Amino acid sequence: MNQSLPKRRSSRDTYWYDLKTHWQLYLMLLLPVAYIIIFAYVPMGGASIAFKDFQIRKGIWDSPWVGIKHFRSFLTTPNFELLLRNTLILSGYTLLATFPMPIVLALAINEVKSARYRKSVQMITYLPYFISTVVLVGMMMNFFSLRAGFVNTVIERLGGVPINFMGEPKLFRHMFVWSAVWQSTGYGAVIYIAALGGVDQSNVEAALIDGAGRFRRVWYIDLPTIMPTIVIQLILAMGGIMSIGFEKVYLMQNPINLDVSEIISPFVYKRGLTQFQYSYAAAVGLLNSVVNLVLIVLANQFASRMGNTSLF
Amino acid sequence: MSNHSGLKLYRAPTDYLYMVLVFSLSILFSMAILVPLIFVVAASFSSPDALMAGQVLLWPVEFNLRGYTMVLEHKMLITGFTNTLIYAGAGTVINVVLTILAAYPLSRRDLKIRNPVMFLFAFTMLFSGGMIPLYLLVRDLKLINTRWAMLLPNAMAVWNVIITRTYFQSSLPDEMLESANIDGCDDFRFLWKIALPLSVPIIAVNVLLYAVGHWNSYFNALIYLNDNALYPLQLVLRDILIQDDTAGISMDVTKQLEQQRLRYLLQYSTIVVATVPVAILYPFVQKYFVSGIMVGAIKG
Repeated sequence: MNQSLPKRRSSRDTYWYDLKTHWQLYLMLLLPVAYIIIFAYVPMGGASIAFKDFQIRKGIWDSPWVGIKHFRSFLTTPNFELLLRNTLILSGYTLLATFPMPIVLALAINEVKSARYRKSVQMITYLPYFISTVVLVGMMMNFFSLRAGFVNTVIERLGGVPINFMGEPKLFRHMFVWSAVWQSTGYGAVIYIAALGGVDQSNVEAALIDGAGRFRRVWYIDLPTIMPTIVIQLILAMGGIMSIGFEKVYLMQNPINLDVSEIISPFVYKRGLTQFQYSYAAAVGLLNSVVNLVLIVLANQFASRMGNTSLF
Repeated sequence: MSNHSGLKLYRAPTDYLYMVLVFSLSILFSMAILVPLIFVVAASFSSPDALMAGQVLLWPVEFNLRGYTMVLEHKMLITGFTNTLIYAGAGTVINVVLTILAAYPLSRRDLKIRNPVMFLFAFTMLFSGGMIPLYLLVRDLKLINTRWAMLLPNAMAVWNVIITRTYFQSSLPDEMLESANIDGCDDFRFLWKIALPLSVPIIAVNVLLYAVGHWNSYFNALIYLNDNALYPLQLVLRDILIQDDTAGISMDVTKQLEQQRLRYLLQYSTIVVATVPVAILYPFVQKYFVSGIMVGAIKG
């Protein structure tokens, strides 16, 4: 009897016991776990073709190993430096411009007394989230078109000289980034507006009694309240730096702006799926994923050292 | 937030400046969003000649519906629309079912396997095998050029599982489960009869996010499909809006000049037709949206 007690306790602690008591929960998890294993983990194993010479007839698993041949050939081409620079500039610029905007918008709307006004601004700014990338780029092409585009029509009526916004390589990054600001600010603000709902009213009252104006209340009360949310969002954004959207860049690319618009993900697509250099493209993609992982871990480390917030 | 009206003891001189800033910024930004949208709608109801002459700004010039009749006559657009309805409809159902099936068990603190499974899921947000291995897998599964390629490879998003799990955790107290268990309610019944009816906001958020995602994405179709008949709306739109391919218009004769003239008009009316269906979803879901996102993403 003396021995059976601890033994029973440990038998309750096993996965077998967990399965027996919670078999219904296990059953629920079956499909989602199968999905994740098949469509996320199997491709991770499949990424081994980056170290092989993929041959269609032999498939992923039986193609011959070639070591780091594809990595070496990518890292030594002039393409590499160009791709890396373009990717980092484009995503860094996007992050710098799109990250603070939703915070500013949320802090601003939050101070307005009229609920109707707040709701309307929120509704309007949120609207572009529903516009697809294809439509957005299509709209930009029309809106900024040299012939009969809205912007150039206005410029001409004001007596200015039309500008070829979409054709000029120098303008590519600005067009890319500020259209992203246009599209994502309202959606991004939702989460901060929700977080601002958590502002402690007693702090606000105390600040009012102490004579703090709006600037100070925003700085000392609102901002610290949403700081954890900001940090989490920033870590997630850091993790996205290398995986900056394929869809929009690919649509905005043309032969003239390729020097600034060619970044890693469209490059992987073109090399792999239109030129069938599977192994080479997979190596570039894998390199990208690894850098991504390192960035997000570093950002997380940094955040947990600076404050107490971290993702994991 | 806004109702500290009882306590107006002090107004800093900078408060007026602050409010001026707030109003001018939010009005400017709203205008920057509305002007292009209003222009598109106005242009779509204008005559092709007025458009070509650059006469349209914020109100239709020579009002007519030619743009919309062209949309209806465009066979590829109709095909794309139908396909997208199928992908978005079936896809969203699959997404929401899988998300709930994953999120509910993971919200149960008494489930021992919870943490390992959570790690298995979360790791995929940090690292992926990349585009090429996934493509080869889909090809090996013989899904290329089938509708399944639009549904299975993105059957569930881990981010949605996480916010849904957090929502379950904070809106279903442990005591509720305990008393249900005492009454002989098992996990299936608890999820179906108690958890889901209490979680309408987060389900609405999931439906919105997934449906908009299906409606708007073209990447999967671009890499997995090469049969025109299976193309979703966005790929057809890409041809019309960006690659300027108007060959699909069924017109009496192939008058090149006429096509040129009508191209812009078709583009604007297509934009309206493609965007309105998702935009009208939003007001229905909006009342749940903030509460769903708030509980799901912030308390986590």
